Amino acid sequence: MQVITGRVWEVGMKFNLDNKELVASRDGYGKGLVVLGKNKNVVALCCDLTESTRVEWFKQKYPKQFIEVGVAEQNMAGLAAGLALVGKIPFISSYAVFSPGRNWDQLRVSVCYNNLNVKIQGAHAGISVGPDGATHQALEDIALMRVLPNMTVVVPADAVQAEKATIASVGIKGPVYLRFGRDKVHVITDYKTPFTIGKADVYREGDDVCIIACGRMVYEALVAAESLAKQGIDAMVINCHTIKPLDEKTIISAARKTGGIVTAEEHQINGGLGGAISELLGENYPVHIERVGIRDTFGESGDPDKLLEKYQCTNVNISEAVKRVMGRKKHG
Amino acid sequence: MKRVNNVKELKIIADEIRLEIIKMLVEAGSGHSGGPLGMSDVFAALYFSVMNHNPKKPNWEGRDRLVLSNGHICPVLYATLAKCGYFPISELKTLRKLGSRLQGHPHLHALPGIETSTGPLAQGTSVAAGMAYGAKMDGRKEKVFLSMGDGELDEGQCWESFMFAAKYKLDNLIGFVDRNNIQIDGMTDDIMPLRPVGDKFKAFNWHVIEIDGNNMKQILGAFGKARKYKGKPIVVICNTIPGKGVKFMEKRFEWHGKTPNKEEAMKALHQICEDECKIKGLDFDKCKLLLEESGRLE
Repeated sequence: MQVITGRVWEVGMKFNLDNKELVASRDGYGKGLVVLGKNKNVVALCCDLTESTRVEWFKQKYPKQFIEVGVAEQNMAGLAAGLALVGKIPFISSYAVFSPGRNWDQLRVSVCYNNLNVKIQGAHAGISVGPDGATHQALEDIALMRVLPNMTVVVPADAVQAEKATIASVGIKGPVYLRFGRDKVHVITDYKTPFTIGKADVYREGDDVCIIACGRMVYEALVAAESLAKQGIDAMVINCHTIKPLDEKTIISAARKTGGIVTAEEHQINGGLGGAISELLGENYPVHIERVGIRDTFGESGDPDKLLEKYQCTNVNISEAVKRVMGRKKHG
Repeated sequence: MKRVNNVKELKIIADEIRLEIIKMLVEAGSGHSGGPLGMSDVFAALYFSVMNHNPKKPNWEGRDRLVLSNGHICPVLYATLAKCGYFPISELKTLRKLGSRLQGHPHLHALPGIETSTGPLAQGTSVAAGMAYGAKMDGRKEKVFLSMGDGELDEGQCWESFMFAAKYKLDNLIGFVDRNNIQIDGMTDDIMPLRPVGDKFKAFNWHVIEIDGNNMKQILGAFGKARKYKGKPIVVICNTIPGKGVKFMEKRFEWHGKTPNKEEAMKALHQICEDECKIKGLDFDKCKLLLEESGRLE
């Protein structure tokens, strides 16, 4: 095992550069749902994608609590609102490009305006969906959900966190958007790693710059921090899994401490995590910011890793952004 | 709530609802006239005779629920709920004003008796189907009534939810369509032809009942049958006259989405009162008295 240079670690972190354990975050959602199924009021709805969204596992175990909706995402969102109005806790599942991509109005009025207990799974989000191409790569869903009043937005970093987030979402009275990827990603947390919706977690301490990431980009941020350490740059890393409500205190204090921020997400740099952090710091504590993510463009078909490289969503891009921030700091 | 099963009495209630609608709309200065007036008979029948509900306990679990998917006709729902005692009639004149519980389109958390927020068309159809499914899951007996407009059926989401309701045999879901042939921009036949509406529902595996939606006897008969029907979701196609009760509004799409000015409102109240007098068997002088009693605009 390689030596990790970070100084402060939360308990239970599994990150190290040799760790080859890869699990898709959607698997965590599937596992979490099965745990929740013991509560008879938890119901799962799906639009003809039970296998790939991992709702299949819930369906097998709790067939009476599963509702097949067919290919109709707008209807699914409305049905969930109706079910919530008679006391159920519905989880609605599809690919993020379809839900919330196709049913935003239904989520806005039937779910959010009513402030109902509906949980939304956006599966196959991000460019790493790969070969399916641009139509199926949700790069705007965080932005769509973040602007809705009453909505909570969570992007888990790995499968273990995905399971925890799914289970924890029931503790929030109101709509919650949970975003997951298709691709297998590094497992960097374990069951002991602290996780609370709304609380950003410092995964690594550092003084020079702070990398704030969500989803699979948290792993990339940790890898970047390792390589930066070897070059004498001491980077802090925050897993900002909850994009709304944003943990303002943790983020402002990181900005105050380091004076430079890099955000990283598998999403458009506008409107998502980078947008949220920029808004917060622009109003409260302006510092130099660089945003890593998709730069106002659609994706295309390809191998996930190659796409991430081409669209500049890797640890290399994070390291470069960090150096740009360091440069800007130096020159005021 | 005590049921009214007398046709004459229900017709009077419908006219009283119409009077309140006109008074609210002239005060609000914006909103919809045609639909609410056309559906006053159906709403009088549902809330005073057909549905199980309790204005003193709006959240009673065993209540029948009504989802107003065509949220823009909320003046008829607000006037009906106020007449039932859900909130004071005097509050009706706050419609669409800042701070009012009577939002321009209904809001779940604003007012007792509202089952879900609606406005963007077709959303209520899915919500109602979800409620009906949930009630069935728990073996509960209550019915879900779903109010729709005919123009609303242009929305694709309606047909998604209709397929769903048929698949799961939601016979506790009783839809009804205000078939008044108008929508904002014109006649439904010109904007987007819907004919044959009944056959469309039949093709989607719904049980269809078609009636004159301004005939109280037919309304009671249809919803009575709908309550008992088993095996499929039910739709009552209510052929109505938009603006019913106010001659210069009747059948005119121009009155779909606009409100009367004070002069027009006086004329409208006068006509509705005249009809009410006719039902009661009163002469015209008494009618004028009635107008003075109930028709004050200030």
